Amino acid sequence: MADNMVPEENGVISAAEEKIAVATQWQLIWWRFRKHRLAMAGTAVLALLYLVSLGADFLSYVDPDESEAQRSLMAPQPIHWFDGGKLRPYVHPVKGMRDPVSFKRVYAPDTSVKVRVRLFGRGYPYRLFGVIRCSRHLLAVEDARPEESLFILGTDVQGRDLWSRLMSGTRTSMTIGLVSVTLSLFLGVFLGGISGYFGGLPDTIIQRIIEILRSIPTIPLWMGLAAALPAHWDIVQVYFAITIIISLIGWTELARVVRGRFISLRQEDFVMAAELLGCSKVRIIFRHMVPSFVSHIIAATTLAIPAMIISETSLSFLGLGLRPPAISWGVLLQDAQNIQALVISPWLLIPALPVIVAVLAFNFMGDGIRDAADPYG
Amino acid sequence: MPQAAGAPEGGCPPPAASPARSGRERDQKGMASYIARRFLLAILTVLAISILSFTIIHLPPGDYVTSFIAQMSASGSSVSEAEAQAMRTQLGLDRPIYIQYLKWMGLILQGNFGMAMEWGRPVLDVIGDRLTLTIVISLAAIVFTWALALPIGIYSAVRRYSFLDYAFTFIGFIGLAIPGFMLALIIMYVGFAYFGANVGGLFSPDFAEAPWTWARFWDLVKHLPIPAVVLGISGTAQMIRIMRSNLLDELRKPYVITARARGLDETRVILKYPVRVALNPFVSTIGYLLPYVVSGSIIVSLVLSLPTVGPLLLKALIAQDMFLAGTIVLMLGVMTVIGTFISDLLLMWVDPRIRLGRR
Repeated sequence: MADNMVPEENGVISAAEEKIAVATQWQLIWWRFRKHRLAMAGTAVLALLYLVSLGADFLSYVDPDESEAQRSLMAPQPIHWFDGGKLRPYVHPVKGMRDPVSFKRVYAPDTSVKVRVRLFGRGYPYRLFGVIRCSRHLLAVEDARPEESLFILGTDVQGRDLWSRLMSGTRTSMTIGLVSVTLSLFLGVFLGGISGYFGGLPDTIIQRIIEILRSIPTIPLWMGLAAALPAHWDIVQVYFAITIIISLIGWTELARVVRGRFISLRQEDFVMAAELLGCSKVRIIFRHMVPSFVSHIIAATTLAIPAMIISETSLSFLGLGLRPPAISWGVLLQDAQNIQALVISPWLLIPALPVIVAVLAFNFMGDGIRDAADPYG
Repeated sequence: MPQAAGAPEGGCPPPAASPARSGRERDQKGMASYIARRFLLAILTVLAISILSFTIIHLPPGDYVTSFIAQMSASGSSVSEAEAQAMRTQLGLDRPIYIQYLKWMGLILQGNFGMAMEWGRPVLDVIGDRLTLTIVISLAAIVFTWALALPIGIYSAVRRYSFLDYAFTFIGFIGLAIPGFMLALIIMYVGFAYFGANVGGLFSPDFAEAPWTWARFWDLVKHLPIPAVVLGISGTAQMIRIMRSNLLDELRKPYVITARARGLDETRVILKYPVRVALNPFVSTIGYLLPYVVSGSIIVSLVLSLPTVGPLLLKALIAQDMFLAGTIVLMLGVMTVIGTFISDLLLMWVDPRIRLGRR
């Protein structure tokens, strides 16, 4: 905190110093976190991504599952922003035809027609946050069907709109990280706590288990487990099965952090004082020890999420994770597996971008929290 | 993410210092005890992996006979209930699960890994060279990781907050954020779209099926860099960060100031003492790096179409060819354990504190 302090003059405590002296632990953490610019940027990006997850339906303009062979593999379409010198965005509808020489499907914009693009217009009906009936979307077109005229990021092989699918995929992939990390957190805190607080035999056993788990190459193992999920399970069942499978990765690191904090705190004077005053074990753990390392756990948790997002993406990419009709970043990237197809339609690689951005953002934010976690240090 | 702290613990037996014994004797005792503990842990890990692999074999509904019947009826012939029962008895599938596990282990110890159903050939035949190639690729990736991470980590620590330090940190973050298979996709795409070349594979078409010769080996070496970089890059990013922070901790210590005050030249001050100490957690992370790289190689092999066990495993899992899949998981696991054990021995060689049995 040295950089926050104003030098003391003649024993008089300045206002700034007093502010620091009476600040709560969380205030101190926040002040320090705020200074970490990359971490703040990461936090902003994550907030945005979770907003997208909340409003995925609002942000998409067509039903992500609506397919049409006639619109297969259309390239991203440019939006014309100005019409007659004024800001009136419009697009040209796209016409598909067979190339007479190569027999490939080619698309050309019909420049004689202008379809106006509107903000907050009407589109397909959905339920906002899963509850409120709604048909407003961020983008809509006037006097035309959006699925026939709007292709911001192009379409996939089955003619489904990539932008709308990306919105739904963001929701799945971002929440799967959160759900899995919650499960790992539970396992990690429980086992790490036992290990660190009691020590002795339980500690040895848990530490050996962690060591064994860490020395196993995880992906082949998870592939095996994921492949064993029954084929008739529905999206929700597979979703939770996958979260359980990938949460088995993350808990070891969390347990390690919790154990380390427990061991170092056990020797602190304030714990000794609490023991001498006759506090119960439960009170010592939850009233005295846990508050002083919650921030460390939050940091470790944040840093565990990216690995989970990558695991889900990898498993789904291989066809062993979430299965269509579920949509996630990994499911979307499955279309990019074929290199020849990718060269012809490079926009299929777009879903790789949010994965990289999300992983980076979580890493930056986690680093920032870790640096700020111990404000008295 | 492998962390430096806490990694080498568990391997240090209590000090067996007795003034009567000579130093050498104490050395050997500490070493033997360390090796014994590590070896025990390796055996335990192998057991755990074998149980997990066996679970994978048994997870899908039905057993070998059900899939055999399905295969038979697909080709037109039928199997009666009695025949199926006889087959189950013969294969021991009606016995309790732990007996089946012990039998499976018994067969494996005799070198019999069962049949790959889809291929109609013994599992070992199908795996063939692929396991060796997986090892070769993983080792290449680790060599790449070390060759890059060590000098960059030292540089970043010594010239902290310099332009290059920031540049490496930035590249490292990007390397961490891009999963290997995605990097492989991007490289394949760039190779195809801009250079018209297929950068995948481990051999040129001429050598793909050829027997081993020096020419084929050289062909393999020429194809190694891309998979090694793709697999190694995120590990490199982690290793740089570990090396950097370890060395920064060491550089602050008084003995470095002492060395400087004594007038040693800077290269010697840094390389001879702090780097050697900082190397310890760095070496011990190889135990975590190896499973990580092997894991990654499975997916990356699919994208880059490398002839490793990766594509085979995926095919086996999709076809529910569980003996093949289970064997591959088991072999990868055992391979990793052996690698980790070797790295433990290496750690002992690098760090005299472990060798001497002192913390």
